[in-house]
Amino acid sequence: MSDHNQEAVHQVGGTTKSFSVVWVILLVLTGVEVFLAYEQVPLLIMLTALMGLSVIKAAMIIAYFMHLKFERFSLFMTLFPMLVLCIILMLIFMPDAHRAFTMRPPV
Amino acid sequence: MSDVKAATMDSLWTGGGSPYAIGSKKFGMWLFIISDALTFSAMLMAYTYCRVSTPDWPTPFHFSPGIVFSSIMTFCLLSSSLTMVMAVHAMNHGNRKATVGWLLATIAGGLAFVILHATEWHTLIVEEHVTIASNPFGSPLFGATFFGLTGLHMTHVIIGVIYLSIIAFAVGRGKFKAEDVEVSGLYWHFVDLVWMFIFPLVYLLSAKV
Repeated sequence: MSDHNQEAVHQVGGTTKSFSVVWVILLVLTGVEVFLAYEQVPLLIMLTALMGLSVIKAAMIIAYFMHLKFERFSLFMTLFPMLVLCIILMLIFMPDAHRAFTMRPPV
Repeated sequence: MSDVKAATMDSLWTGGGSPYAIGSKKFGMWLFIISDALTFSAMLMAYTYCRVSTPDWPTPFHFSPGIVFSSIMTFCLLSSSLTMVMAVHAMNHGNRKATVGWLLATIAGGLAFVILHATEWHTLIVEEHVTIASNPFGSPLFGATFFGLTGLHMTHVIIGVIYLSIIAFAVGRGKFKAEDVEVSGLYWHFVDLVWMFIFPLVYLLSAKV
């Protein structure tokens, strides 16, 4: 029974063409990131733009290369909301990093 | 047939079923990946905190060779992810010979990454005198965060290369199922995914403009 199930699961998924398209998109986004790095913009805006692009790239890798788009939604719900919440909790410290300049006593 | 289906649905709640419709190996790898993602998140977060709060952060990466090198490393990892997908695809269609070929291509991409990375570390340590505790450019935090993050990632890549070598060897000898190749693929894509954050945060934000 379980062997039968395993065989059935492996039949779904993307095609080699769709994987190649995802690969090209990932390369293009990487190129955009390198281009952005040489634009003279403030650090925080640069950080936000680069992280936005990286999250898009990560989502594409997880959805297509790691096959999560083709798995049951319950697997996604078990794994990812917890991860996202933990990362948001870690972000609580970030505003302090930006304020640290003005909080230092004058030398 | 519908009786069998009903019995399977029942067993979801009585135990012995597979609620995610995936094998336990794959689910185990997913759980490991999520916990490893938390480790890397914490380290990247600590790095970004130091980066944003330090005015004299070093920018040792010139366009050539630093950024060009790391861009080629990104290309190596992304391409090895594509060949890994092809390996899983070939194995799902029962083509073991093609699977071994694609796995070897993936291993080659990983090795190219490690060699380029080691060259870069060598340049930073020997020629530019960057250590974990000091560097000639500015904040000493740079060395600790840079070597800590990229070192942990490189360890993952090296383990991945060994892992894939074992899988390729066994698949070539007619052992292992499609699920085993897919599970190793999950790990490899995760290593690629982490680099998608390290590359912009560590390299592009420390580029000499």
